[in-house]
Amino acid sequence: MDNQQNVLLDVEKLHTGYRLQGEFYDAADGIGFTLKCNEILAIVGESGCGKSTIVSSIVGLYDRKNTRVEGEIRYKNLNLVNLSEDLFNQVRGNNIGMIFQDPMASLNPLMKVGDQVAEALLYHTDMNKQQRRDRVIELFNQVGMPKPEAMYDMYPHELSGGLRQRVVIAMAVACKPEIIIADEPTTALDVTIQAQILDLLKKIQKESDSGIILITHDLGVVAETADEVAVMYAGQIVEKADVKTLFTHPLHPYTRSLLNSIPQSDGDKDDLHVIQGTVPSLKNMPRTGDRFAARIPWIPAEAHEVDPQLHEVEPNHFVRCTCWKTFHFQDEG
Amino acid sequence: MWKTVLRRVLIMIPQLILLSIIVFMLAKMMPGDPFTGLINPNSSPKEIARLKQAYGLNDPVPVQYVRWIKNLLHGDLGQSYIQHVPVASLIADRAQNTFWLSLLSTIFLYGIAIPMGISAGKHEGEWQDRAISVFNYVTYAIPGFVFYLLGLWLFGFTLGWFPISGTVAANASGFWGVFFSRLQHMILPAILYAIIATTGTVQYLRTGIIDNKVEDYVKTARSKGVPEKVVFNKHILRNSFLPIAAFMGNTITGLLGGSLIIETVFSFPGMGKLFLDSISQRDYTTLTALIMIFGTLTLLGNLLSDIIMSLVDPRIRVK
Repeated sequence: MDNQQNVLLDVEKLHTGYRLQGEFYDAADGIGFTLKCNEILAIVGESGCGKSTIVSSIVGLYDRKNTRVEGEIRYKNLNLVNLSEDLFNQVRGNNIGMIFQDPMASLNPLMKVGDQVAEALLYHTDMNKQQRRDRVIELFNQVGMPKPEAMYDMYPHELSGGLRQRVVIAMAVACKPEIIIADEPTTALDVTIQAQILDLLKKIQKESDSGIILITHDLGVVAETADEVAVMYAGQIVEKADVKTLFTHPLHPYTRSLLNSIPQSDGDKDDLHVIQGTVPSLKNMPRTGDRFAARIPWIPAEAHEVDPQLHEVEPNHFVRCTCWKTFHFQDEG
Repeated sequence: MWKTVLRRVLIMIPQLILLSIIVFMLAKMMPGDPFTGLINPNSSPKEIARLKQAYGLNDPVPVQYVRWIKNLLHGDLGQSYIQHVPVASLIADRAQNTFWLSLLSTIFLYGIAIPMGISAGKHEGEWQDRAISVFNYVTYAIPGFVFYLLGLWLFGFTLGWFPISGTVAANASGFWGVFFSRLQHMILPAILYAIIATTGTVQYLRTGIIDNKVEDYVKTARSKGVPEKVVFNKHILRNSFLPIAAFMGNTITGLLGGSLIIETVFSFPGMGKLFLDSISQRDYTTLTALIMIFGTLTLLGNLLSDIIMSLVDPRIRVK
């Protein structure tokens, strides 16, 4: 099947644990997904549910002493799990580009933005200085920066948040990576700029056929950009489907609660839905049973699976546990 | 760039004027006058009054101030009450000695403090960091004069490795002979000073490295595939040097100010010792001139710090 050939990244049974007072606790607990080229995969969930842990496991940006990564992250013939620092440096920036949350903080304040983008080229291409400069200006053009040549010599503090994020994007795509990981790329931007940045990401993806992993907690961003969505809760994927199915036909109680918490202008309800409680902290995360059960206490215990698994309920629509079959919101009685 | 400098220089002018007025007022308030020590017991009050009139001491205070400033600008700092030589030549001699001693001290200071700060920051929480912390606590807690005296006693008196006072041996001859003799006289005070003065630099550098290590732009650099060594030197270290650069101007102009305590302990004829001597001998003209010089140096140091900062940190440059 040519479907198989298009797979860029194949994550299987990924367990990433952090050491807390001498013991490891898994923040990503058995994650599996695939990213195909030309696809935007969104990973959504509340803060603390393990989204960023997945990112840092893929690109090896974790503290090696206090982190334990197990499982498989296959990129081409390479298993990225526990790759050496040197090999990671060859992959990062070259095959996998990264975009971070806060463009105010993700650029070095003492370096010209052009030089910071050129730095990515320095380690992955054999361009000379002039060629790198030309390429950076070309990239600035591509990401829609006005006066790209003048921009090269600017410092981060001279640019607005939106422009800085464009610099970060230029940096991420400088070496034409096949995979782009965007970790909350629009969270720190105001709404009008958010839309521009998302459009830019989509444009770049179309031009380059790359696959994008989009980490976000903003379902609006997901609806606007993603092709596939994985919903995460407490270190596990609880529901996975294409974006249309997920928004029109969500099944897992957590997904339904999340969607129910979005303010609707045409809704006839006065009160916004609130999911009770919070994501359990890493140390107190339940390791058996349905992890979301504690936040929907009105659902009887026997509705949950003892060891909840991801079930393919429809083609390409996966839901964890069986409690969705009988789930109802509390006010629905 | 030059605009920043120009703006800062312009700001300095009123500061200098204010400083000179304060120094002048202090000098006027001190007991005695320029004839103190010159007059023999047989001089009549009439004679003193005549001299006062002749030297313009009966003029209105503003007139005297303007005359003082004029002389100052011509490099005339007055006569020393005690040594009866022009203050300017007295200071010139001492400033030279102090400059070389301070230069050597500063080289030792940064030579010791920077590697220590980097090592502590890089190995946060490991044995290197803990050892350096202990060193910092100890050197910070020991009063300078105790430490200098101990060093003087151990390396000067007991072991006899270094001379214990002065700037040059009496029997030194030839350029290199004098050079090495001077160096030999300066090494012990310079090293002792450097060891005990490291705390600030080490701590600033250590904290800077620890803070910058986890900054987002460092993560960005790593995500570009920049090797760890380059990430450290180019991204983390450069940003961590900013707080040290902020003091560098004052450190450099401080070279001329000298250190009161170390020069006194080592009987080293420099600016600090001159300052202390002129206080204890009530040599007011010298004292006034020194205060004016120290004040000006502080202002210049701030200016230099600002220039250095604007060179290393683009956020500070004024357009």
